[in-house]
Amino acid sequence: MNMFLLPLLGGVLLGAGAALLLLFNGRIAGISGITAGLLTPSKADTAWRAAFVGGLAVGGVLLALVRPESFGPPVISGIGATLAAGLLVGFGTRLGSGCTSGHGVCGLARGARRSLVATLTFMAAGALTVFVTRHVLGGVS
Amino acid sequence: MKATLMAGLAGLLFALGLGVGGMTNPAKVVGFLDVAGAWDPSLAFVMAGALGTYGLLRKLIVRRAKPVLAQAFPPAPPSLVDGRLVAGAALFGIGWGLSGYCPGPALVSAPVGGTTVVLFVGAMLVGMGVFRAWEVLRAPRTSSQPG
Repeated sequence: MNMFLLPLLGGVLLGAGAALLLLFNGRIAGISGITAGLLTPSKADTAWRAAFVGGLAVGGVLLALVRPESFGPPVISGIGATLAAGLLVGFGTRLGSGCTSGHGVCGLARGARRSLVATLTFMAAGALTVFVTRHVLGGVS
Repeated sequence: MKATLMAGLAGLLFALGLGVGGMTNPAKVVGFLDVAGAWDPSLAFVMAGALGTYGLLRKLIVRRAKPVLAQAFPPAPPSLVDGRLVAGAALFGIGWGLSGYCPGPALVSAPVGGTTVVLFVGAMLVGMGVFRAWEVLRAPRTSSQPG
């Protein structure tokens, strides 16, 4: 039962968080866009962006206290692979104007064709990457 | 001030959802993407729960004249599907499949997840900064200054 009930509940919670941001702040909960916006500080925007990202971090600390099993160990630990993955995620989400939350949740909910294309693309690229690293290379550290 | 507080609360709720849903467990994410192996479909339910909840609430929210603490709802972004969108999503997907981290779960895990995820978040911010620099450099010069 936990197999799908907990994921469903998690989805409801994060959907509610995104709705809260839209209702009160009139903002789209695209995590990559909110985070990238912090790199170019602006008087009007930096406070809410920092608060949202701060909320994510506080959520992480709370989860670690109450539900430590929420965090699994990393699947890669090599410095090179970790840095490469981070660079790709950072650069790619900006080039593609969004990540899992912005395109995959907020954009899809709006019925944006653009977000559907982005979501299918990053899912396919992710699946292909896992296929190559796991089943062709036999694992990447 | 109120808007800052609400943004913080929204982030907190979002983080709890990611954690409870299993998105902060990279092995689970990689398992979800491993369609040719021992496929773990559970994260599809995170997506379903999030889409259902946000989709429904969004419909009700945008009926309002404006957000509670802001002047207007965001305008719909351009509907353009171009090479940039696809290339960006593909690069992101490769990094996601490699690590099991997308930006949200990485930021939630950063304070508690150990060195690897801190390194990942650092590299992600550098990647975002590189994109910003790249965009500034290749932007057509609009300055009227000679030379």
